[in-house]
Amino acid sequence: MSVARREALKRIALPVCLFGAVLMACSLFSCAKKTEEIRIGEFGSLTGTTATFGISTKNGIDLAVDEINSAGGIEGKPLKVTVEDDQGKPEEANTAVKKLIEQDRVIAVLGEVASSRSLAGAPNCQNAGIPMITPSSTNPKVTQAGDFIFRVCFTDDFQGKVAAVFAYDSLGVKKAAILRDIKNDYSVGLAHFFDSTFVSRGGKIVADESYSEGDVDFKAQLTAIKAKSPDLIFVPGYYTEVGLVARQARELGIGAPLLGGDGWVSDRLIEIGGTALNGCYFTNHYWDGDPDPAVQSFVSTYKKRFGGNPDALAALGYDAAKFLTAGLKKLASEDPEAFKTLVGGVPNAATGKLRKETLIKLRGILATTKDFPGITGNISIDENRNAVKPAIFLKIENGQYTFVGKVLP
Amino acid sequence: MQEFLQQLVNGITWGSIYALIALGYTMVYGILRLINFAHGDVYMVGAFTAYFAARLISAHGSVSPLGALLVLLIAMGTCALLGVTIERGAYKPLRKSPRLTALITAIGVSLLLENLGIIVFGPDPKFFPQIITPRRIEITRGVLVGSHQIVILAVSIVLMLLLQLIVLKTKIGKAMRAVSFNRQAASLMGISTDNVITFTFAVGSALAAAAGVLVGLSNPKIDPLMGIMPGIKAFVAAVLGGIGNIPGAMLGGLIMGIAEVMVVGYVSSTFRDAIAFALLIVILLVKPTGLLGTGVAEKV
Amino acid sequence: MKNLLLVVTAIVVLLLLNFLLPSLINPYFFQVLILCGINIILAVSLNLVNGFTGQFSIGHAGFMAIGGYTCAALTYYLGPHVADKAVSIGLSRSVVGVSFFVVSLIVGGLASAAAGFLVGLPSLRLRGDYLAIVTLGFGEIIRVMILNVDAVGGARGFTDIPRFTNFFWVSFFAFLTILVVRNLVTSTHGRAFLSVREDEIAAEALGINTTNYKVLAFVIGAFFAGVAGGLFAHYLMYLHTNSFTFMKSFEVVIMVVLGGMGSITGSVIAAGFLTILPEALRPVKEFRMVIYASLLIFLMIARPQGLLGMRELSLHTFRSLPFRMGKKGRQPQKQS
Repeated sequence: MSVARREALKRIALPVCLFGAVLMACSLFSCAKKTEEIRIGEFGSLTGTTATFGISTKNGIDLAVDEINSAGGIEGKPLKVTVEDDQGKPEEANTAVKKLIEQDRVIAVLGEVASSRSLAGAPNCQNAGIPMITPSSTNPKVTQAGDFIFRVCFTDDFQGKVAAVFAYDSLGVKKAAILRDIKNDYSVGLAHFFDSTFVSRGGKIVADESYSEGDVDFKAQLTAIKAKSPDLIFVPGYYTEVGLVARQARELGIGAPLLGGDGWVSDRLIEIGGTALNGCYFTNHYWDGDPDPAVQSFVSTYKKRFGGNPDALAALGYDAAKFLTAGLKKLASEDPEAFKTLVGGVPNAATGKLRKETLIKLRGILATTKDFPGITGNISIDENRNAVKPAIFLKIENGQYTFVGKVLP
Repeated sequence: MQEFLQQLVNGITWGSIYALIALGYTMVYGILRLINFAHGDVYMVGAFTAYFAARLISAHGSVSPLGALLVLLIAMGTCALLGVTIERGAYKPLRKSPRLTALITAIGVSLLLENLGIIVFGPDPKFFPQIITPRRIEITRGVLVGSHQIVILAVSIVLMLLLQLIVLKTKIGKAMRAVSFNRQAASLMGISTDNVITFTFAVGSALAAAAGVLVGLSNPKIDPLMGIMPGIKAFVAAVLGGIGNIPGAMLGGLIMGIAEVMVVGYVSSTFRDAIAFALLIVILLVKPTGLLGTGVAEKV
Repeated sequence: MKNLLLVVTAIVVLLLLNFLLPSLINPYFFQVLILCGINIILAVSLNLVNGFTGQFSIGHAGFMAIGGYTCAALTYYLGPHVADKAVSIGLSRSVVGVSFFVVSLIVGGLASAAAGFLVGLPSLRLRGDYLAIVTLGFGEIIRVMILNVDAVGGARGFTDIPRFTNFFWVSFFAFLTILVVRNLVTSTHGRAFLSVREDEIAAEALGINTTNYKVLAFVIGAFFAGVAGGLFAHYLMYLHTNSFTFMKSFEVVIMVVLGGMGSITGSVIAAGFLTILPEALRPVKEFRMVIYASLLIFLMIARPQGLLGMRELSLHTFRSLPFRMGKKGRQPQKQS
């Protein structure tokens, strides 16, 4: 070989070897580490316009998981929750769930609050055979994504219906307007259910306007609504926009009360809406003033740890986590061998296969859970994997929430 | 009729905001032939500066109109500085480069501001403290104007008149017009083009900041990405009125605001953003120089 | 004959890689490779418009969206029917499924090409900055229009798209894109594109129909963007218009600019680099866009021609590299 050729080879050799080393390092580094915990995934909007949703839910889940771990975990194995932030975007939710399933090897996923984000993540869980429990997504379509998808809250067909009944019967409203968030499944679905029930009862929807999540100006839509003089405006949106809608409605001289759904639930709602929200109503999953001792104990524990009262989303997050672990405990006691396959990572294909079979068993247990005592009420899973639960109506007066009524399913 | 008038009021309010931002675009384009993509983000920084200033001031007690004015001036000053920094740092080295390079850099600056905003301010929206308590004034039967909206309109008009004064009656204004007409000839006449350009950026950014403050006062939600859409719409408004033309920018802004509100109120809110682009495409196909603009022959 | 052999070998190698790679490397990295391929198609197709023809388009995401949604709608709604029909004739379901997928990809690409034609035609009177804004506008209008079509999910997003994208198809179409663009650019048409970029008025004066060539560039660029969109849809299995905002267009523009406007290999390298970078930067995800933006600004000020400018890398470059890497003044030895 010529001198030049040898020199040339020497010069290429180093980078090539380096490259190969890097490749090897990467593949080694990415191998799943073997540990002895039960991995649970959580995805939520920790940042973005609905940040309080994700943060509240995370707090509730953390509280529940810590309680379980300090009591010894499940069969002595601790729970480990990996949280992914989806920034409030459905496409990020999809990626986040994929990462949880494929990289972190979780055995179950908790999330999300917003129905659109749950809908984005659900097919991944369904296809992978991983149970997903949404604490607060109320759109019926979420559990229709597959038999591995569960929820521990009520659904929008129920919520919309009771809201319409409340408006028509209790508030005596005959003419209502709807202002929904067209970018949001939850809002569109809830508006639809309200509409059909309200009309079937004899009411009239005089105006139907829409906005997009993220908008700051609603004066155009509100002006159109004002021209039709409704007695009530149904605003089934998220707290960020609802607060602004209320303010601008009052600025335009609209005095009619607003009615909304559980998307209003946030400790920032009143901060955003201010006095404009006085006299408005919304449906919720629970009320922190509920005299039930279980609720009060939860409220005080939460307050001590996080400061501030827990909202419905935190309570539902707590319930979802406890619901899951109840299912895991049952599985562990009925079939300890199968339960072992759920611990730690997935070192090889054989373990993966066994785990898949175990998860099917877990799914079966979750699907047949009846009368699970949750903070937000009794959780019984029906044949559509939804929870049948009551709705609570709250009214805002002078910056405080007051209890108006409870409607059983 | 009532509804239409009310929508008109809403439209004029937003139109003045777009006009304020459009002024900055049009001035910079007139002088540098550059679309300053980062302008919308200067508007955002103005709103955030005002937010922090307002919180500082209201922490010392209740806020008066004087306090609000102070907040406005602080925001305008800060953004004028920001505008000058951007110009010196990112655009000046590219004065001799092809326009496309400068355009890409402008996009880069815009992205940088937005994402720095996310890191520094946090991605969650912030809510302006109420500095001015809103009062409702009835113009005619059923048509209400909030005191916020009147403040926005008044401040916008004052600022625009001020700008016209500067551009038409002062020496620096004359220099600005000269530089936008022909940069080389102006420098031959002894005008310091660098200073004029810096001044233009400062004024344009200050106006955008004012727009940001006004929006924060009336629509209290601000977030780091709030400048993208208004920025693009204001640019469309500037093109609509004739880019490089100051009264054109004001006219374009008003038309933009009214058109948007009308579409949202009477058609559907999903087309809110699309209407801006539809208007742009129409005007560029029908009268590319804009409503008040004059054609410039292209030399081969 | 030699070419055909080369092509067949390449296809076989890709097929082998498709089945072997997942067990050799981490499946997560495998996904990243697929994303790389999609971005390569996007970058190279945009380079044809921006780099070679000099038309500054920042609406590429709109074409990607049209292709993606069209393709997904076809496989989601028509796919099952076609499969059933085929099974009743006696053909294999999976083979028909995949063939229909490829057909849908092409159809999606054609839909995007049609959109490219519609966008290109009126935009031709505009230059530089205006063209950029109009393409941005078209991208947004397309996105808003899709948002209003409920049949493809509207605001909720299009879920349950079947998984058809795999390494083989992505690399196949990536190679196809590179091949087509390269052949186009090195042909006489390519010279016409370049002339439009260099001096449009002079080109027009020499009898080149600049209008036709500009539209052609748009249409071909849009076609491949549409194909990339279809591949993207069947990889993510979920489509949402939020993935196709001007941010996405900017990301593709950054890839083209970084690689060098006018260099196909540059686009390929930049696309690969800018796909892997965010994954590597996941721990500091918030800083990703700041780094991107700073990179863009720095690049424009320091080296506006990007990594490779208008040069291409080829086998010749690699073979002679060791010789050229030597110290200045050292002469390559004569081979003994």
